[in-house]
Amino acid sequence: MPELPAGVERRSFDGVERLATRGEPVYGEPTADGWRAWNPDRSKLGAMFELGMDTGLEGGETVLYLGAANGTTVSHVADFAGPTYAVEFSPRPTRDLLEVAERRSRLFPLLKDARKPETYAHIVEEDVDVIVQDVATRGQADVALRNRRFLAEDGRLLLAVKARSEDVTASPDSVFSAVRESLESGYEILESRRLEAHHMDHLGIVARPQK
Amino acid sequence: MSGDGWFVGTQNDRLERIRYGSAAQPADWPTLAIESATDIDDETMYYDRLHEATVSATRAAVQARERADDNQLIHAIRALKDCRRTANELAERLSEWAGTVDPEAGTGIDYAERLIEEPPADCPEPMISLATRVVDLAQQAEDLEAYVERQAPVVAPNLSALAGPVLAARLLSLAGSLDSLAKKPSGTVQVLGAEEALFAHLRGHAPSPKHGVIFTHEAVRGTRLEDRGSAARALAGKLAIAARVDHYSGEYRPELEAEFEERMATIRARADEGDDKTESGDSHA
Repeated sequence: MPELPAGVERRSFDGVERLATRGEPVYGEPTADGWRAWNPDRSKLGAMFELGMDTGLEGGETVLYLGAANGTTVSHVADFAGPTYAVEFSPRPTRDLLEVAERRSRLFPLLKDARKPETYAHIVEEDVDVIVQDVATRGQADVALRNRRFLAEDGRLLLAVKARSEDVTASPDSVFSAVRESLESGYEILESRRLEAHHMDHLGIVARPQK
Repeated sequence: MSGDGWFVGTQNDRLERIRYGSAAQPADWPTLAIESATDIDDETMYYDRLHEATVSATRAAVQARERADDNQLIHAIRALKDCRRTANELAERLSEWAGTVDPEAGTGIDYAERLIEEPPADCPEPMISLATRVVDLAQQAEDLEAYVERQAPVVAPNLSALAGPVLAARLLSLAGSLDSLAKKPSGTVQVLGAEEALFAHLRGHAPSPKHGVIFTHEAVRGTRLEDRGSAARALAGKLAIAARVDHYSGEYRPELEAEFEERMATIRARADEGDDKTESGDSHA
């Protein structure tokens, strides 16, 4: 298995080995010695780590997180990464995200539409190391392509594709291959895996910008 | 270049910029800010200021979006539904409990009211207190309904006129906002609230649903079975238009109602003519 980034460890909680990061607890997750368990069933990125995907993350990276929702996953990311920009479109989850951000001085919450990067390009810096994307909208590949402008040349896109957001009637396999195909117009896919064990009808993708 | 960055200007300018500003491309904002902003000397200060500014600007943006009127209405209609359901569940519980001390125990909110007025002999104090809670919750639901009836015509005058304030609010609640209801095609409006049946249909083992929550509208419920699909389709078509008018212009247009009534008269006339042959396309509806 590839190494976990610095700041992410497998720790024992009540005798069970679980992924964990160090930080203030957010959603009632188990804690031990300042570490908080990271539940892969509630986090697509957590599932990608749990399944041993090679995310290329080492810790301390600058991150653009698209689809931060109520901050569950992004709180763990901010625990081990550097400056983390969290974009979320809906006001209600953003209310919770703000609570998470208040206790993390390098987490920057933004109420913005990930399909319109120009509305936050004056805030998010260029050459971020990682884009994490988990948006439940149609056109997920398109969102990744539009946000490529933020990513450093050797940066990584960590993408969770939700089949049902693209088309509820099509089979997940055909949705995934369509997303992969359109993603390949701007990215080179390094690895992809179904997240089935933790998230139904989701595909995890690790990619880097095409040269 | 740095003219485009969020950090230009006073603290207030910065908050405004974060909410409404834009740039075609990102840049090395931290470096540009350190060079140009007098209150930002190094990277640590840059990120501290950015944190402060994004948290306040985003909080203000969230509050503004959540205070929008359709949002208030949606919260109220959901609270109304919760209060009704909870009141009924507790009334049922109360009635079961009361049956142990009162052979004449009735059911529902009415019985809770009676129980408070004339508690049966041997009735324990917590039972009366529970009955009070049931009556209070039912009253709360009434208050919420009154609020919805007042507010819906302000938020969505045309939709409320056609659907009635409560159904209008339920449609908004199902769509999530007036904005998203206004963008839905009439076929989607027709089956809002019948998602389960719709997905069963899309999976291929059920007929397409004729109506969702609009079933509660008199024009649908009060129409004979053979013509209900037509009525639901006519109503949904007008509701979709009404939502768009409410969203994009906000003006009340009584002609929408008139057109709908005319259409309904035609559909209902079929029953009077004893003509049970439906329009083509209705046979599967």
